[in-house]
Amino acid sequence: MDRLLYVAMNGASRALQAQGTVSHNLANASTPGFKAALSQTEATNVEGPGWQSRVHASAAEGGYDALPGAVRTTGRSLDIALQPGTWLAVEAADGSTAYTRAGNLQIDVNGRLQTASGAAVLGGGGAIGVPPAESISIGRDGTFSIIPLGVGGGVNAEIDRIRVVQEPAAGMVRGVDGLFRPSDPAEELQPAGDEAILSGALEQSNVNPATALVSMIEQQRRFETQIQLMKKADEHAQRTAELLRMR
Amino acid sequence: MNNSLWVAKTGLDAQQTRMSVIANNLANVNTTGFKKSNAVFEDLIYQNLRQAGGQTSQQTRSATGLEIGTGSRLVATERDFAQGTLSQTDNALDVAINGRGFLQILLPDGTQAYTRDGSLQLDAEGNLVTAGGYAVLPGINVPIEAQSLIIGQDGVVSVQTPGQAAPQEVGNLTLADFVNPGGLAARGENLLLETAASGPAQIGAPGANGLGTVRQGALESSNVNVVEELVDMIETQRAYELNSKAIETSDQMLSYVNNNL
Repeated sequence: MDRLLYVAMNGASRALQAQGTVSHNLANASTPGFKAALSQTEATNVEGPGWQSRVHASAAEGGYDALPGAVRTTGRSLDIALQPGTWLAVEAADGSTAYTRAGNLQIDVNGRLQTASGAAVLGGGGAIGVPPAESISIGRDGTFSIIPLGVGGGVNAEIDRIRVVQEPAAGMVRGVDGLFRPSDPAEELQPAGDEAILSGALEQSNVNPATALVSMIEQQRRFETQIQLMKKADEHAQRTAELLRMR
Repeated sequence: MNNSLWVAKTGLDAQQTRMSVIANNLANVNTTGFKKSNAVFEDLIYQNLRQAGGQTSQQTRSATGLEIGTGSRLVATERDFAQGTLSQTDNALDVAINGRGFLQILLPDGTQAYTRDGSLQLDAEGNLVTAGGYAVLPGINVPIEAQSLIIGQDGVVSVQTPGQAAPQEVGNLTLADFVNPGGLAARGENLLLETAASGPAQIGAPGANGLGTVRQGALESSNVNVVEELVDMIETQRAYELNSKAIETSDQMLSYVNNNL
């Protein structure tokens, strides 16, 4: 079969895949702390005998858009917005440490501080347990303090300090669970400064609807171009068949 | 089939549900003791198409993997237990809770429910009941000859009867508190039920152990902020439109294949 057809088919299928990424971003336009996924293709030479005319587009990890999302004031004491370039340490389902920027925290029935998706938020020494509290406050440096229930006189008890780290030099990668991990697992993460957290605010998704729409149009047109090429490949094959018939 | 269609559909679903949550908040803007809910989103799992760190040759490894997102979902509707404003009604049977805690209600099936709605009534036998007719726990009976009813900040209910100089104590209102009030399940009729997530009810007298106090002659308004809900509604609508646009585009791409190949 003609090689052009397969090269074009690969291009079309990459455009369709990129469209899926755009859909994913738009679907998460309201997810707090969400970082838009980027899509990327790379040229892959097809090696073999003969003239190397075929270069397929193959999918490559595009990473994520690291731009900070808009910060929205909610007034809820368990909502935290992180300074750009810092990450909140949480415990992933497999017990390892992972990082997120989603700051809509909750307290479960056992008093464990966790993210909305149920990953325990890590403090100085593991998960943070919160005793029944009249009110909760989270300081700018992550100090988690409460006014315990049933103790009068405005006694403020410090519970723990939420672990917030600086972004590693090598950057972060997103795992299948939507949590982030350092690209270089060996790199030691430095604690963030004393002003890493804004309590009572929430970082919104950083998906830019305008960019997403333009990217959607671009993918659509790219896709159509590839389909046209496939159509041309088909026409070429037909012409060849006709020529052969004439003889 | 193309996953882009389904991914955008998860976005539509989530925004649709969020709209219902907003509509419910707005519909209950005048419901006594109503607590607003917020829709909480999270991104769905990612499909791993190529593992990060896979070997690309004997000496080299790919620095990054390839992961495709699969959309978003609503993970919870979170109830916000912020205090609503207290409005003065001067009705002796209206009570508002200022601070933490819930009134305990006995349902007809014998189970207990909890409410912040303190618009109480008396039934034919003189028992204290909610507007829906359910008995308040612990049961308080107001004698028929009572001239006036006084509910103290600490929940002590007393009545003034003819021929008696001092008011007579007829019972105590107690409040229930939970470790995680957000885990209570809504039953409708302004009632909430205990769940495994809320933890067991801890009963106490109003004003003790961090519980709120009881205000007679006042009702707690809903804590819905209309302006906030309207802004949320606009955001939801636009996000919904964007997701439907994504479906439309994916559809056009596929129809282009069908029509041109």
